[in-house]
Amino acid sequence: MDLMTALQILDSTVRLGTPLLLACLAGLYSERAGIFDIGLEGKMLMAAFFSGAVAFVTGSVWLGLIAGIAGAMSLAVVHGLASITFRGNQLISGVAINFLASGLTVLIGQKWFALGGRTPALSGEGRFQPIVLPFADSLRDVPVIGPVYYELISGHTALVYVAFAAVPISWWLLFRTRFGLRLRAVGENPAAVDTAGISVTRLRYAAVAIAGLLTGIAGAYLATGLSAGFVKEMTAGRGFIALAALIFAKWRPVPALGATMLFGLLEAVANRYQNIDLGGVVIPVQAMQALPYVLTVIILAGFVGKAIPPRAGGEPYVKER
Amino acid sequence: MSERIPKWADVVLVPVISLALAFVISGLVILAIGENPWEALKLMVNGALGSSYGWGFTLYYATNFIFTGLAVAVAFHASLFNIGGEGQATLGGLGVALVCLALPWPHWGLALPAAVLGAAAFGALWAAVPAWLQARRGSHIVITTIMFNFIGASVLNYVLVNVLRPVGSMDPATARFPPGASLPTLHDMAAALGIAWGRNTPANITFFIALACCVLVWAIIWHTRLGYQIRAFGKSEGAARYAGINPVRITMYAMLISGALAGLMAINNVMGEAERLVLNSVEGAGFIGIAVALMGRSHPVGVLLAALLFGFLYQGGAELALWTTIPRELITVIQALVILFTGALDNMVRMPVERLFRGRGAA
Repeated sequence: MDLMTALQILDSTVRLGTPLLLACLAGLYSERAGIFDIGLEGKMLMAAFFSGAVAFVTGSVWLGLIAGIAGAMSLAVVHGLASITFRGNQLISGVAINFLASGLTVLIGQKWFALGGRTPALSGEGRFQPIVLPFADSLRDVPVIGPVYYELISGHTALVYVAFAAVPISWWLLFRTRFGLRLRAVGENPAAVDTAGISVTRLRYAAVAIAGLLTGIAGAYLATGLSAGFVKEMTAGRGFIALAALIFAKWRPVPALGATMLFGLLEAVANRYQNIDLGGVVIPVQAMQALPYVLTVIILAGFVGKAIPPRAGGEPYVKER
Repeated sequence: MSERIPKWADVVLVPVISLALAFVISGLVILAIGENPWEALKLMVNGALGSSYGWGFTLYYATNFIFTGLAVAVAFHASLFNIGGEGQATLGGLGVALVCLALPWPHWGLALPAAVLGAAAFGALWAAVPAWLQARRGSHIVITTIMFNFIGASVLNYVLVNVLRPVGSMDPATARFPPGASLPTLHDMAAALGIAWGRNTPANITFFIALACCVLVWAIIWHTRLGYQIRAFGKSEGAARYAGINPVRITMYAMLISGALAGLMAINNVMGEAERLVLNSVEGAGFIGIAVALMGRSHPVGVLLAALLFGFLYQGGAELALWTTIPRELITVIQALVILFTGALDNMVRMPVERLFRGRGAA
């Protein structure tokens, strides 16, 4: 494999890993605050639809992004109401949100565009365009560094850089600020946070809202960055892969980057090669597709470094009276 | 929540209000996309229940949902959320296909019991790994069963493309099952009794197996030692452990029964309807089982009624898509609202109802 092929695969790794990274960080905030979120998939789908639809109608990708975030936020509010205010089962709420998004996007899409649930193809200002970083062109001919900088680091859409920037920001926010300490505490021992006079409800709503924001960006990236428009069920299980990556990363932001890029790499390789021949042993493409899930099960089983979730995860907090 | 509400309110009133809310909002959704909800309902009732042809589809879908609903319900009794019905039913289909293709079956009467065993065994096997990981290693069963849905889809894809696909065929599907493995449809059965029943509908003898499973689950959960242990474990793991109930054993048994029930669905859709195994044969029925179990309050009678309702919605939705511009996905929205209101937002209805009864008790 020559350098160019490797760079192309890594380049598509970054592009395919970005929505996973954003969704994984979304799940990170939510689950660190004690709210399980298996509705990442649905929120991304909703955001993808509204960003694609609004970007087409207005011709502005930024209005599309805002609409996408609003779409994901509205489902985040439903999740917050169900799991925080009404102390319902967070897993069931997540399942409902996934179905709601999967049905509503097609229903509204058919009503607005009558294309069987698709949105019309986006072009020009309706999509996020690649950004060429400074000196990318002039450095292009420098051996090794030039192509790496030009192909891999430069030339992505704005949201890719947003996603990568979100990793150190999340680390700083969660581990170096008072808000982050409280947010993590509320996922481990909400009663202690409550005793300190801090509102558990408000903190958890904040975490769920951040998850809505990040899944909104992830969905908008899918419809207006990675592809040119919304297609029915376009998230295709990415919300669940992100969930798997979250466990793989043991609920930490920097490992989340590694896990999502690993899963992005698997997807990129599976897209490029059908079956991989390793000196006589052929790895079928289906094995590559199943690998993220298998790895997650192995990690969950604790055979290779145990993944321990936040202690109060999934439990509604009932204030003592 | 110190004062309890009467049992009838818990079992009937709260679910009915939740369901009514879900349907009112569904009606508003239909209004919002510019259609008449009343006309839509009439079309659905007519198309799904107005003829024996409609019933032939409604009962077919309902049969699927009875199996997946019972699967989720049994796990719920042990406080386990089995979200993997989809994968277990997929693997159940593989079990059915292997059994049906293994022998040139002379008569369905022989093929059916063997296929039942195959479906149940493969479904249970696919539930066994997450169950064991939950019981022994404390891995969260919801996450592992989700992962196993995806792994199951990949396994089936591999097996259909690389192993079971007949030579020369481009279609990722197995060969047709031998004619001796063809199950009698409700049409054949009614004709034998001299009753006219719609032709060319997929409802078949599996519907009666599903009814038998309802009775069986009821008997196991409420009339056996195992069922008592499952319920005790589900109510309080600590108390159950103190009473000498082995948590590993109960988790395993509950999930094996649950997986077997989900796997049995394949008798209906793979053996009864398609008569060969294709990709994505489950078509989301595993997830509908969650809505069915929630709505039916995990009781076989409730599950049966909820499955019939969803069977009606499915067939009615297909009719709507045929005669109006409303897409089939309307049913997905209704399903989501039912799960949301009867499951996640249960307290939203329950709290005011409790307040109402408390007020009355005090007066």
